[in-house]
Amino acid sequence: MSDLYNVSSSSHVRDKDTSARIMLYVVIALLPASIFGVINFGIRALALILVCIAVCVASEWVFEKLIHKKSTINDFSAVVTGLLLALNLPHTLPIWQAILGSVFAIVIVKMLFGGLGQNFMNPALGARCFLLVSFAGTMTSFTYDGVTGATPLALIRNGETVDTMKMFLGTTAGTIGETSVVAILIGAIILILFGVIDLRIPASYIISFAVFILLFGGHGFDMNYLTAQLCGGGLMLGAFFMATDYVTSPITPTGKIVFGILLGVLTGLFRVFGANAEGVSFAIILGNLLVPIIEKFTIPRAFGQKKGGQA
Amino acid sequence: MTFKGGVHPHDGKEFSKDKPIRDILPKGELVFPVSQHIGAPASPIVAVGDTVLRGQKIAEAGGFVSAPVYASVSGTVKAIQPRRGAVGDMVNSIIIENDGEMKEVEFSPVDDVKSLSKEDIIGRVKEAGVVGMGGAGFPTHVKLSPKEPEKIEYIIANCAECEPYLTADYRRMLENPQELIEGMRIVLQLFDNAKGLFGIEDNKPDCIQKMQELTKDEPRMEVCPLKTKYPQGGERQLIYATTKREINSKMLPADAGCIVDNVETLISVYHAVKFGKPVMNRIFTVTGDAAAEPGNFNICLGMSYAEILEEAGGFKVQPEKIISGGPMMGFSMFGLDIPTTKTSSSLLCLAKDDVAASETTACINCGRCVAACPEQIIPTRLSKMANHGDMEGFEKWNGMECIECGSCSYICPAKIPLAQYIRTMKKQILAERRKK
Repeated sequence: MSDLYNVSSSSHVRDKDTSARIMLYVVIALLPASIFGVINFGIRALALILVCIAVCVASEWVFEKLIHKKSTINDFSAVVTGLLLALNLPHTLPIWQAILGSVFAIVIVKMLFGGLGQNFMNPALGARCFLLVSFAGTMTSFTYDGVTGATPLALIRNGETVDTMKMFLGTTAGTIGETSVVAILIGAIILILFGVIDLRIPASYIISFAVFILLFGGHGFDMNYLTAQLCGGGLMLGAFFMATDYVTSPITPTGKIVFGILLGVLTGLFRVFGANAEGVSFAIILGNLLVPIIEKFTIPRAFGQKKGGQA
Repeated sequence: MTFKGGVHPHDGKEFSKDKPIRDILPKGELVFPVSQHIGAPASPIVAVGDTVLRGQKIAEAGGFVSAPVYASVSGTVKAIQPRRGAVGDMVNSIIIENDGEMKEVEFSPVDDVKSLSKEDIIGRVKEAGVVGMGGAGFPTHVKLSPKEPEKIEYIIANCAECEPYLTADYRRMLENPQELIEGMRIVLQLFDNAKGLFGIEDNKPDCIQKMQELTKDEPRMEVCPLKTKYPQGGERQLIYATTKREINSKMLPADAGCIVDNVETLISVYHAVKFGKPVMNRIFTVTGDAAAEPGNFNICLGMSYAEILEEAGGFKVQPEKIISGGPMMGFSMFGLDIPTTKTSSSLLCLAKDDVAASETTACINCGRCVAACPEQIIPTRLSKMANHGDMEGFEKWNGMECIECGSCSYICPAKIPLAQYIRTMKKQILAERRKK
């Protein structure tokens, strides 16, 4: 036959959204927090953001070149990783440490496990924890307005009171992207409106964390303490942007809720009983490791099946 | 009324929805595959050289789950040989040279359908070769003979037409609503405890209004407006939307007290029982952005897609893809030299092929397929298990519940043909089960 038409298995039409477009939505949603970080911490924050993004994209490109794979930098996932990593760093971090962290995120955490979709740990958080244990000094020293000081979480840990309004707005010490709850919430609304995430993970995370703090925080129903815990540290950034990372969170609807609760409890444990004031990053990467088990026990009931068993 | 999950593909119905049904007469040879239904193929009862009339039986049902085939034109049997069907396989077919005279056999109408016994009605449906004309092709007389007929509570007319682009059922409801209602009346005569429901998507408000008007004095019939969403017309989804009852892959609609028939099938039931006319014609949509004059046609079964397309004005531009049926569950075809059958609902001509144009990338675990799946299973996990040949995992994760609606493939941002992988694995598992 001379002219054959295309043949393929149904369905024959495709939605317009692509993976790259979803990643772009995430970048857009991170812009409020990024812009606030630059305004709050100055030009050095911008430099760190740009360096992390550039190094992440470059590492992915070079790695794929070396192993003779088709480049995947067009999917924007390395941009998201770089940006998220930068938002999790103090603006005073030496540039070379940021570069090292970016290479670690892409090469060790992501590419060595097979690239996009294969990594079992959130690359940005993996790198952050790597930097935390390697350079504890520079990673945990925060300055604000030129003064070296403790983060609000560290302050309440020492029994001092903090201004929760400042914490909500973000004019406090902390990493570049974590301080402003309002900027993060604007980003979260963007994510939800674009259909990138749903509320299962963030809501179950935040609610279970709040319950944990009320029960075990040692401050009872002290609303000021609870608000400070919710607005402080990386909780909001983590709940909306890191815990919801597609690749490293469960895909089953029930699994997402279990995962959120697990993170809430772990974060509470780390913050209340741990050595550090902060616990979000470790809670999330620990949660990432448990995803396969969570999925295994949360296989959904198919439509029309009796509850609790096979059809 | 709706179900959980589903997608909203571009509906494309604007091409043909306002085109009234037009009769087209076949010219050259017509091809009648002996397998136009689910079940045993029919066996030819004519020989090469025989003269046949329109409405004459040319192949006898090959068992209970089977259906006879009738000539749709008068002429001479030219050959009996395998021909390629729309799905791509070779099917034994009876080829008739059309004499153009459309001489008919004498049919046996009945004056009063109400005087017929239940057995008579089912017998007439069976004899006429009525099968599910929405696409599945399940013999209708089998559907109408459940083990416990007194337990059937709902006869659901599938008027959803949720596949994008298709408008044949829509035109039927606008132009022949009375025939649809009479078809329903006949089926209700078989089931004393049943109520007749017409499930119509709310993108067809004119049909809803018309059907409501015509059934307002029918105590046993009700119109159910459905949310416009694909696959609202999937059997399990339609049953859930209209009755809130759930069935799975191991159940029949009758297990939930339901029987589902689509518009064209019910009209064929009416023609079969009232006029004694077998299935010889159906309504067929020619559409798509590459079709010169999209429209709805009353075709004689056995005509080739090529001939129908020519009658409809041919192509406007050369299409990349031609599909028998809708874009979500239809079959793409190599060429147009394929005969239409009882289950052919449309020829969709797409100037651009989305599938060829999109590049598959890695799964990012976004879960859109999970949200879209009307069966609430996990397409991306199942497709990976399918690619790894993990039959055990596939069944454990309820892969066999897949209805192959294609919503996952449609929505996937990584453009992974999920439904294709899952469908292939399902076939392998079924083949494996048969071996045991």
